[in-house]
Amino acid sequence: MSTHSYAMSDSVTMLRRNLKHAMRYPSMTLTTAAIPIIMLLLFVYVFGNALGAGITPSGGGDYVDYVAPGIILMAATSGAISVAVSVCVDMTEGIVNRFRTMSISRAAVLNGHVVGGVIQTMTCIALVIGVALLTGFRPTATPVEWLAAIGVLALVVLALTWVSAALGLRAKTVESASNAPTPLTFLPFLGSAIVPTDSMPTGVRWFAEYQPFTPIIETLRGLLMGTEIGDSAALAVAWCVGLTVLGYFWARSAYDRAR
Amino acid sequence: MTTNTATAHHPARTAPAYAITATGLRKEYGEQVVLDGIDLAVAEGTVYSLLGPNGAGKTTTVQILSTLLDADGGEARIGGHDLSREPDAVRAQIGVTGQFAAVDGMLTGEENLLLMADLHHLGRREGKRRAAELLERFELTGAAKKLPAAYSGGMRRRLDIAMTLVGDPRVLFLDEPSTGLDPRSRHSMWQIVRELVAGGVTVFLTTQYLEEADQLADRIAVLNGGRIVAEGSPEELKRLVPGGHVRLRFADPAGYERAAAALREASRDDTALTLNVPSDGSSRELRSLLDWLEAESVEAESLTVHTPDLDDVFFALTSPTTGPMNSLKESLR
Repeated sequence: MSTHSYAMSDSVTMLRRNLKHAMRYPSMTLTTAAIPIIMLLLFVYVFGNALGAGITPSGGGDYVDYVAPGIILMAATSGAISVAVSVCVDMTEGIVNRFRTMSISRAAVLNGHVVGGVIQTMTCIALVIGVALLTGFRPTATPVEWLAAIGVLALVVLALTWVSAALGLRAKTVESASNAPTPLTFLPFLGSAIVPTDSMPTGVRWFAEYQPFTPIIETLRGLLMGTEIGDSAALAVAWCVGLTVLGYFWARSAYDRAR
Repeated sequence: MTTNTATAHHPARTAPAYAITATGLRKEYGEQVVLDGIDLAVAEGTVYSLLGPNGAGKTTTVQILSTLLDADGGEARIGGHDLSREPDAVRAQIGVTGQFAAVDGMLTGEENLLLMADLHHLGRREGKRRAAELLERFELTGAAKKLPAAYSGGMRRRLDIAMTLVGDPRVLFLDEPSTGLDPRSRHSMWQIVRELVAGGVTVFLTTQYLEEADQLADRIAVLNGGRIVAEGSPEELKRLVPGGHVRLRFADPAGYERAAAALREASRDDTALTLNVPSDGSSRELRSLLDWLEAESVEAESLTVHTPDLDDVFFALTSPTTGPMNSLKESLR
């Protein structure tokens, strides 16, 4: 009777629509995966020797093992851009106005975008992990640790996707939608993705240690490579949940506001 | 609330005589007043046309009535449901086809229709049946598996309306449905509207084509500068404006000159050898004109009677100097 009982089936309908879009135009997914893969190749084959020499005395092992978890996260931020763009493009099409005049759950359009975006980004992440394994990434994780790592990644992707959906809704043009999440893509660099935060100048190090990506990267690295996790896991989960809640309510209010 | 199909057969509520009512609808963007108090009453199963020049507020009215925009003032009810308090019940009753095609460009025509069927919770079999039926009805079966990018303007518009009809709306909003269509597509659009109305659907139509309003509408409201400046049946509106005349065309200049000299109130067109004689078009006036021509043995090559059309009404009502028309509006009420 009420639209709430249809919220689930409407969301599934919208998800199917978004997945159909993604399947029909796979270039967006491939571009999203290409950027972190190029970064990975750059950092492993071009900068790897120099950077690795600075890190291995403390950590030991190959540089690819250090950098891969950070690069995997970049796939998540790269996916965020694609979500913001596809949400913004959708809003500029007449079809969303049609949805608004129909008796369907208000959340369904966004749920479809977000769940579709998460699936797309997780696919990219799988691709990036595949390439990392080919370049010599040798995680020591047990199956349970792999599952936990995938769980953490899914949480991160969910959080980033809701935030980007909100950014895409607020953006007035597709260009600004693709620019808005760009700062997110730099955050892993200013964390412990490429080099440990200890090696950074004081100001940057302070930022790096307190920004969300550092505990997330450290958690991933710990799960995959067996390094020390400590309180990073709890911090990472807290950041992800916080950002998801923030992104969710921001996106909902942005969607409900008439354009 | 209920789904569309359930609403259509809902026995519990007595049907309101009016599908759409509005009182004092207002909308402003900052300083600019777009709608300055609009009253509407649209009887069920009729076509109501909102006619006006660009920027008159037609689209804004449709957006408010279709729950896309909140009004800044006034009230409206659609199918007995209050627009601001029960927007979802309103949405369950209406279908909207806006000025710009609201189709999913990344899905084929058939997929677009199936998407609508899913969102109306029709179920897989019924959805497929309905999609096939609408594709057939709107002559899109051949293009069913193609993306809208490969469609002509008329086909896109037909797909757009077909999508709107998947949910069997009781009240249909068409915002400039034939803008950009060729004459053939326009006529097939009109045919579609007539069929829907015959099936009991109420159609709220905006247009800047007077002919369209004349062809389709039971009642017309002329919107200008955010106000309704006249409202009535097409016939009533045409009576508002003088401008009926008889046009006489002559074959020979001599006959033309003789007639022009005698019929002093006529306006002349010397190059085309035609005279426009003011007339209400009644048989009495026509007979006296013909008798006079006969008596003077002036031979007119052709005679045509022109009654004022909506163009005359439209220009009279929406010209920047609408002073005297306010009294006309009053006389209608």
